[in-house]
Amino acid sequence: MNAPLKPKDYKSGIKPIWCPGCGHYSVLNAVAKAMAALELSRDDTVLVSGIGCSSRLPAYTDSYGFHGVHGRGLAVAQGLKVARPDLTVITLGGDGDGFSIGGNHFLHACRRNVDITYIVMDNEVYGMTKGQASPTTPIDWDSSKLTPHGPGVRPFKPAAVALATGAPWIARGYSGNPNQIARLLSEAIQHKGFSFLHVLSQCITYCPEQTDWKAIVHEREAEPLTDASEAAALFFAESGFETGLLYHQPRAPWPPQHEQQPASLDDIAERLRV
Amino acid sequence: MTRDGLSIAITGAGGAGAISCGEMLLRAWAAAGGRGLLRKAFGPQIRGGEAAALLTLTDSEDYTAATHYDLLLALDWLNFERFEDEIRLADHAAVVCESPGDAPEFIKAARFQDVAFKQLAADSHPEGRSNMLALGLLGRALELPVESLCELAEQRLASRPQAYRDAARAGIEAGFELELSLPRPAPARGEPGAWCMSGNQAAAYGALDAGIRFVAAYPITPASDLLEWMAGPLEQLGGHLVQAEDELAAINMALGASFGGVPAFTATSGPGLALMSESIGLAVASETPVCIVNVQRGGPSTGIPTKSEQSDLDIALHGLHGDAPHLVLAPLDIGDCVFTTGWAVHLAAALQTPAIVLSDQFLGQSTAVVSEPRRHRAEPGQVVASDGDYLRYRLTASGVSAMAVPGDSDRRFTADGLEHNERGTPSASQTDHQQQLDKRRHKLDAHEFGEDWAEVAGEGELALLCFGSSAAAVRAAAARLARSGTAVRSVAIRLLAPLPVAELHDALEGCSRALVVEQNHSAQLFHYLRSQMGVDVPLRSYARPGPVPLNPDELCEFINQEMLP
Repeated sequence: MNAPLKPKDYKSGIKPIWCPGCGHYSVLNAVAKAMAALELSRDDTVLVSGIGCSSRLPAYTDSYGFHGVHGRGLAVAQGLKVARPDLTVITLGGDGDGFSIGGNHFLHACRRNVDITYIVMDNEVYGMTKGQASPTTPIDWDSSKLTPHGPGVRPFKPAAVALATGAPWIARGYSGNPNQIARLLSEAIQHKGFSFLHVLSQCITYCPEQTDWKAIVHEREAEPLTDASEAAALFFAESGFETGLLYHQPRAPWPPQHEQQPASLDDIAERLRV
Repeated sequence: MTRDGLSIAITGAGGAGAISCGEMLLRAWAAAGGRGLLRKAFGPQIRGGEAAALLTLTDSEDYTAATHYDLLLALDWLNFERFEDEIRLADHAAVVCESPGDAPEFIKAARFQDVAFKQLAADSHPEGRSNMLALGLLGRALELPVESLCELAEQRLASRPQAYRDAARAGIEAGFELELSLPRPAPARGEPGAWCMSGNQAAAYGALDAGIRFVAAYPITPASDLLEWMAGPLEQLGGHLVQAEDELAAINMALGASFGGVPAFTATSGPGLALMSESIGLAVASETPVCIVNVQRGGPSTGIPTKSEQSDLDIALHGLHGDAPHLVLAPLDIGDCVFTTGWAVHLAAALQTPAIVLSDQFLGQSTAVVSEPRRHRAEPGQVVASDGDYLRYRLTASGVSAMAVPGDSDRRFTADGLEHNERGTPSASQTDHQQQLDKRRHKLDAHEFGEDWAEVAGEGELALLCFGSSAAAVRAAAARLARSGTAVRSVAIRLLAPLPVAELHDALEGCSRALVVEQNHSAQLFHYLRSQMGVDVPLRSYARPGPVPLNPDELCEFINQEMLP
């Protein structure tokens, strides 16, 4: 019996492209820690992502990985999991990738409930393209040359949208608390069905004001909600800085099992014969 | 009866059952040993539009769409004027209809036979329907046994209430009693063992036969029925089909499954192919196999969704950004949809790249009676050595490197759409980019594609070049010209990218001139061949857009006027 792997054994050793102080380092550490805690086989785990700073993460882990195009990580991950249910599939990305260009996939992944975990590292900004407003940017954030008066659009509420479209497991973490992210992620991976882990992951390069998050983030003390209307009330009223497992209402993952009479290729050919 | 068999048009308002009448008539004809083609023409509406089952009944399998019909059976005249371009009657044609006085101006000259469909159907059974009466009437004209028609109708209505089946039988029997003077085909006398299928069914079967076990797709006309037919058999073979939220998801789901080692497939039409383009480029860069069948329709934009065209050649060849070598194939007829789709699946797997298959509405939604189709058999897989340190994108002599799949021990890598080095680590270096571009180009150029790249027939100094569904009209035109003393060579190209240029030159050896035939407006194949082949053979173009299928008459006329001394 080999010695259990340590968190560092789940990292590839490739140096991240991230800026010093980026919240994503915490998420990378938490991913490695959760994988070690669950003793996941590196050969049977796949990290899938789209495009953006956070989507670089798969290359920094030592597992299988798929770094695809912008916004489509969830689609790749669901195809993979449906085709290979034996694998552990974790999808990662940022707020632009997941809620803007990939927003439609987010809606339908929540609905479909394939047994994958989705981590969104939300820094409320497009970092890789150098600081434009994203769907979660505050309405009056005027630091981008592209939208000098602020985006002027109310921010997207990830947890509320996830709830409305049927996600059965919704949690929030904060990059200032990597141990909590690791704990939530372990739970998310073990949850049977779609699990959505929203991580407030600060970008001090383009949004230095996010260092203030430390003071306002607080951990949920109550048990996770199981009633969707109560959760809706919470997600519309809250500030968005409560962390922990917020909502949990399990339902059967997709695809459902159907009794099916097997057929051979010859049987199928027969249907095309006169 | 015309030279190419007996042609029958059955028309009616959408929902009147013209198409199902045509389908059952073709099946009964096939069961009696006949050969034939059923082309479907409809408007964009589901109900209340117009629908036509356009049948050609023959004793051979050289199917082209008929240009003139020997027999028109109109269940009603609703919206019939929309068929003015598509349904032309032969001089001797008979028209069977309810109220000849309502017939549009442009068919007035024909010979009418008045049949009170609605009344006779209602008299036969309270639920009686005109289309079943028409089936019986036409069945008699074709000398088909009434019992085979009734059995087909009962099979088709198996899930419906008994009253429907009783009504169908009663209608067919009542129609069979009618004695009309109608044109008759040559007797059916084909070899037994035929298949009766649409090109969409054939492509779906070819994909399954070649090992496809994962499909993700978004509904789109005229590809939806391919996917619908595939769903059941795929599941019975242990595979999975995901109805995706859009084409962007469909192609990426397919890539995810393929990355997991499960052969993956999607089918779409022009607008969907456009949406998929970015991720087909991802398949090229990450070297992930996938097969995409594009059932082409009239374009651009929404275009003519229900009708055929070959105008997606350009996007299939050149629609990916960056330098993105990939495979493009086109089936040459309905039976060949089995072979070409299977070949595309195998090539995609062997070369770890996407393969686009250009079918079209004419092939996809027409049903033909064909001899047992050829299936593609995969060559034994090359074992690509990966001794020592595993490098996913290792530079090898063939350009193909070993593809690990999750679960393989200690061959972990991250597939990437970013340019990368041999290991797969993102890299923006001049050397890595050059090497990986060379690798992805070389693996296609170095592959031996064999003789299936085209079907070459005939001799002569005049060559007709085409791809995909135009092959039918080209072959028929070549045969007709040969009969009238002009030797013609036909080259129907199945493998469009990479184009086997040397083989193409060999096929044209001794030709003094060649005509490139295609169904689109901008002569896409013509310009592509010119760019690839140099100027050894003077090429001329015959390019006509859809929706009316290309036919040998127009080709012969053009060749006689423009290309023969």
